[in-house]
Amino acid sequence: MLHTVAVLVENNPGVLARVAGLFSRRGFNIDSLAVGRTDDPAISRMTIVVEGDHRTLEQVTKQLHKLVDVIKINDITEEAHVERELVMIKVIADRTTKLEIMQIADVFRAKIVDFGPKTLTLEATGTEDKVNALEEALRPYSIKELMRTGKIAMLRGAKYTSLK
Amino acid sequence: MKLTGAQALIKAIQDEGVDTVFGYPGGQVLPIYDALYDSGLKHILCRHEQGAAHAADGYARATGRPGVCIATSGPGATNLVTGIANAYMDSVPLVAFTGQVPTPLLGRDSFQEADITGITMPITKHNYLVEDPADLTQIVREAFYVATTGRPGPVLVDVPKDISSGETEYHQPGPLCMPGYKPPTSGDAERVDAAVKAIMASERPVIYAGGGVISSNAHQELKRLAEMTVAPVTTTLMGLGGFPGDHPLSLGMLGMHGSRYANYAITDCDLLLAVGVRFDDRVTGKIESFAPNAKVIHIDIDPAELNKNVPVDIAIVGNLKYVLTQMLEQLTTKLPGAWLDKVKKWKKEYPLKYASKEGAIKPQQVIEEIYNVTGGKARITTEVGQHQMWAAQYYTYNNPRSFISSGGLGTMGYGFPAAIGVQVGCPDEVVFDIAGDGSIQMNIQELGTAVQHQLPVNVAIMNNGYLGMVRQWQELFYNRRYSHTEMPNPDFVKLAESYGAEGYRVESASDIRPVLEQAVKSKKPVLMDFVVEQEENVVPMVPPGGAINKMLD
Repeated sequence: MLHTVAVLVENNPGVLARVAGLFSRRGFNIDSLAVGRTDDPAISRMTIVVEGDHRTLEQVTKQLHKLVDVIKINDITEEAHVERELVMIKVIADRTTKLEIMQIADVFRAKIVDFGPKTLTLEATGTEDKVNALEEALRPYSIKELMRTGKIAMLRGAKYTSLK
Repeated sequence: MKLTGAQALIKAIQDEGVDTVFGYPGGQVLPIYDALYDSGLKHILCRHEQGAAHAADGYARATGRPGVCIATSGPGATNLVTGIANAYMDSVPLVAFTGQVPTPLLGRDSFQEADITGITMPITKHNYLVEDPADLTQIVREAFYVATTGRPGPVLVDVPKDISSGETEYHQPGPLCMPGYKPPTSGDAERVDAAVKAIMASERPVIYAGGGVISSNAHQELKRLAEMTVAPVTTTLMGLGGFPGDHPLSLGMLGMHGSRYANYAITDCDLLLAVGVRFDDRVTGKIESFAPNAKVIHIDIDPAELNKNVPVDIAIVGNLKYVLTQMLEQLTTKLPGAWLDKVKKWKKEYPLKYASKEGAIKPQQVIEEIYNVTGGKARITTEVGQHQMWAAQYYTYNNPRSFISSGGLGTMGYGFPAAIGVQVGCPDEVVFDIAGDGSIQMNIQELGTAVQHQLPVNVAIMNNGYLGMVRQWQELFYNRRYSHTEMPNPDFVKLAESYGAEGYRVESASDIRPVLEQAVKSKKPVLMDFVVEQEENVVPMVPPGGAINKMLD
């Protein structure tokens, strides 16, 4: 099964390589990884989606903890959380299809962020499911380019994965 | 006070209490070697960077203080890699400093450039690329702290030449701020209670002790605990000396080449207290048959080791010294019972043994004689192979840090440079590297180091003309097809003499003792070439993946 793990790390050079290297070395498969700094510029947060059973996840967590730069790890899969992914999709669009594509965008509450003579570029955020559905809906229009950020996630309510 | 980066680096190393480093100079470490020149820091010039890393490792294992090595960029740094990986696998506190090309040249495939922080990421506890001379003192403080605390391990600090030659204001390192690094100490009180109850309730307890006992200096606590609970103790290769080998409760080593009685005791016990061990495949054999009837308590400083290979009943994270002390406070003395009698009977029935042969030298006999001649007080290092197993079996280790061997990585060529490091750290002690004719040639160049620095290291080569352990496996599992394991050797006596060391070739059993006595007396490094039985096997043996109570003789 897929687990969503929130990881706080010190924002030091090479920290991404350390984390990613650990996964491949120990034979754990990363499904997606999103990383960026937090409100404290010295600390970055990673959201890692990893495939594996409970035992694999226990090892992943313990091995991650051994990295000096890793401060905190939270497996939030089973807890109430909000998750979002951002996607950008460039679709071939001529005069006749442009309108249809814009209607699809409307349904998914996606934004048109670029309007080219022969292409449209859409931006959407949502859960993985929603992003998948949008992709499927646009597939008949010939997708030229598609890019997803990978999931970011945050616990709901009073629970948190920060140092405060 | 203005200093160069290199001067600040050396001063910071000295501030850590380090008085000896092992290394090899080169282009990108010129500023560091210039600062070393009149620093008062003792430098042992090795003949290969791998030798420097192993020597620092041996020094650390023998003294309990961190080992330090220095190499230049590129090939110097990559030559350290085996030594760093070796220290990582055996949890040895090692701090390696490497030179690096100047910052503006980084990433341009410059002359003697290698991405050593990238290369060593999987084999260091942590590593650093220094980007500002002002950071040096703080990084050195952190590097030594990380290397020596928690589960010890190697740390590498990569220093570009413009950093070591740049100027900086020297300032004492500030307090450590490492929010992600918290070395464990005491164990969880509830779990310790549960462990104590389980031990008191058990009828057939066995203690399985590893290198963690030695690195946490918990040997006295372990001895007290074993005596109070009348629990026989078996150690891993890394744990030899962590419990006195001549103690009535000692079962010697367990596992693939362990004693029958140790493996039988593990198979039969109803409680296994695993301390500072990692359930390595060379120990457990077939996992399902390892301690099948036992409640398992596992204490380790590294949480990742708990439930990694074997699911355990009571897992305790903590420093052994603290956790065993917690347990001792609650334990009450047990009385010897039928279990001890049974174990004693096994010891009597299935001793380690080898057949003597008229006119031939048995390697086991040489090792027993080393014990006799040194009164069991020598520091023993080994290379890797058959001789290593015989050294584990036929020499009795009664003190921690007396057996120093490459356990996890299994590095041929470890023992000799390690012995040099041991001798540097323990100048008044007798040091023996028990070697094979294959292994010794992997770092034989370090004879130059031993001679230059007047280190009276003794090397006892068990010369069987084969890569013996590989040959043994070929004999047992590959139908005696000895593919590339036979090796014609140089004249080791002449080789030793050409370096300025002493050399002896021993072809008859009656010469073993006199030559060993001569070697111990000598003030020079001594290389002894014992021409031993060629196709002697290490027994008993658990075939790989087999149950540990099913041993071949």
